[in-house]
Amino acid sequence: MSKAASSKGGRRDTWHRPPLIANPLLRWGLRLAVAVYVVWALSTMPIDWARAAEGLTRAGRIFGGAFPPSFERSGLLIDGFLESLRIALLATVVGVALSIPIAFMAARNIAPTPIYWLGRAIVVVARSFHPVIVAIVFVKAVGFGPFAGVLTLVVYSIGFVAKMLAERIEEIDFGQVEAMRAAGAPTLSTLFYAIFPQILPRQIGLTIYQLDSNLRASAVVGIVGAGGIGSTLANAFGRYEYDFALAITIVIVAAILVTEAASGWIRTRI
Amino acid sequence: MTSALHPETWARFTLRQRLARYGILLACGLAVAWALGSIDVIWAWVWDSPLQIGDLFGRMVPPDTTNLRSILWILLETVNIATISTALSVVLAIPVAWLAAQNVTPNRATLWLGRLILVSSRSVNTIIWALLFVAIFGPGIVAGIVAITFRSIGFVGKLLGEAIEEIDRRPVEALEATGASKAAIIVYAIVPQVMPTLAAVSILRWDINLRESTVLGLVGAGGIGIVLQGAIDTFRWQEAATVLLCILALVIVGEVVSAWLRRRIL
Repeated sequence: MSKAASSKGGRRDTWHRPPLIANPLLRWGLRLAVAVYVVWALSTMPIDWARAAEGLTRAGRIFGGAFPPSFERSGLLIDGFLESLRIALLATVVGVALSIPIAFMAARNIAPTPIYWLGRAIVVVARSFHPVIVAIVFVKAVGFGPFAGVLTLVVYSIGFVAKMLAERIEEIDFGQVEAMRAAGAPTLSTLFYAIFPQILPRQIGLTIYQLDSNLRASAVVGIVGAGGIGSTLANAFGRYEYDFALAITIVIVAAILVTEAASGWIRTRI
Repeated sequence: MTSALHPETWARFTLRQRLARYGILLACGLAVAWALGSIDVIWAWVWDSPLQIGDLFGRMVPPDTTNLRSILWILLETVNIATISTALSVVLAIPVAWLAAQNVTPNRATLWLGRLILVSSRSVNTIIWALLFVAIFGPGIVAGIVAITFRSIGFVGKLLGEAIEEIDRRPVEALEATGASKAAIIVYAIVPQVMPTLAAVSILRWDINLRESTVLGLVGAGGIGIVLQGAIDTFRWQEAATVLLCILALVIVGEVVSAWLRRRIL
């Protein structure tokens, strides 16, 4: 793979860097395979080169229309942003609340085997679908607007928080659980006094991280109609108001930078 | 729990700590109450939603596989989009990472240029990039590839830049002491140290890009998303179910393949 690893011919007594892949047959075979793949993939793709070539002039027109960014309708912008914030908050609360039982289901050391597989399946399905796909399904099921956005991000939160939390639960010190059990404590007390204190720090860190990442994702799911600032952005784009679209993008990027810094700061303090 | 009135009674937290904890909880509660109170939803639809969602999934079974051949073909195309754009972004990210790494960048201006490229690439989501490039290049695969490439440059470049900053200085100093040229230092002292990271990051990004390439079609930028959008818009839910299952399979296979590659290479 490495371009630097190419074996140059030369005098016998000069030193050469050993190639990345020792077997020359395999090395050249891989290079050939990569070349063939690239040629094949590019040739089978339905690419309209003529249309793509127009891109530069169009890009010029779009960027010409985008500068200077227009904050004229900042009311709309603030409304969209606040809606994104609400969506992210509610989705985080509901998603994290649902993640906790699912994480226990998906932890190998706690759950019985059939429940473990069920929990894992929920996590895998929630993780595999990009939020935008989940969003269009929910938009069709429950209609346009922020509610579809909340549902989407709940699924998104479960995929991440339940997975990470389950991994943390699998790593707990089991001695405390055994001590509680030996004292004859019921399951629920064991859960509250032996397991929860061990996973709580990770849980809080994950929640804050997820709030941050939900806010980001809420800007995106809006593009397919699930409310928030993404909807505002998609509308601006659809109406060719590139100056307003640029203003929205700037606000999104600024918000992401601020929340990323804030969530990083809080997580280091915990 | 027990009260902390008597000093000999054990309490987990001091009064201050407890007040701080209640304060944080209260703030969280207020934030949620604000969100719940002001969110613009029709509550009747919310209560109705389990029924609607159930109905929707009911209409998806059994999945309709009559178009499976063409769906699989477009799925392959989706994989190609992810692969080509990952390769492209790795090639483009290398110089950017070099600019953005504090210890090798030529001067402060280039450092900030590199950082600016990384931040702007990373903070704009793939879908938003795709919206832009669909407007530029027209609907189709080109827009999708460029969108994913633009988003991935930031990711690969940031991680690679951090790897360059963390390299062992000694090989570099050894080469400098022999009077090696700048290019030779990069090729013989820096590249070998960051190759493992580059491979790991590329594989990780490929895995992420597989997921991202499945949604490009929803804004018209090629791949399986177009088929999904078409099926949903024409209410062919059974075909949509097939597409969703194919995407699920693709993502799981991608995860297995990338885990295998990581184990093999690292």
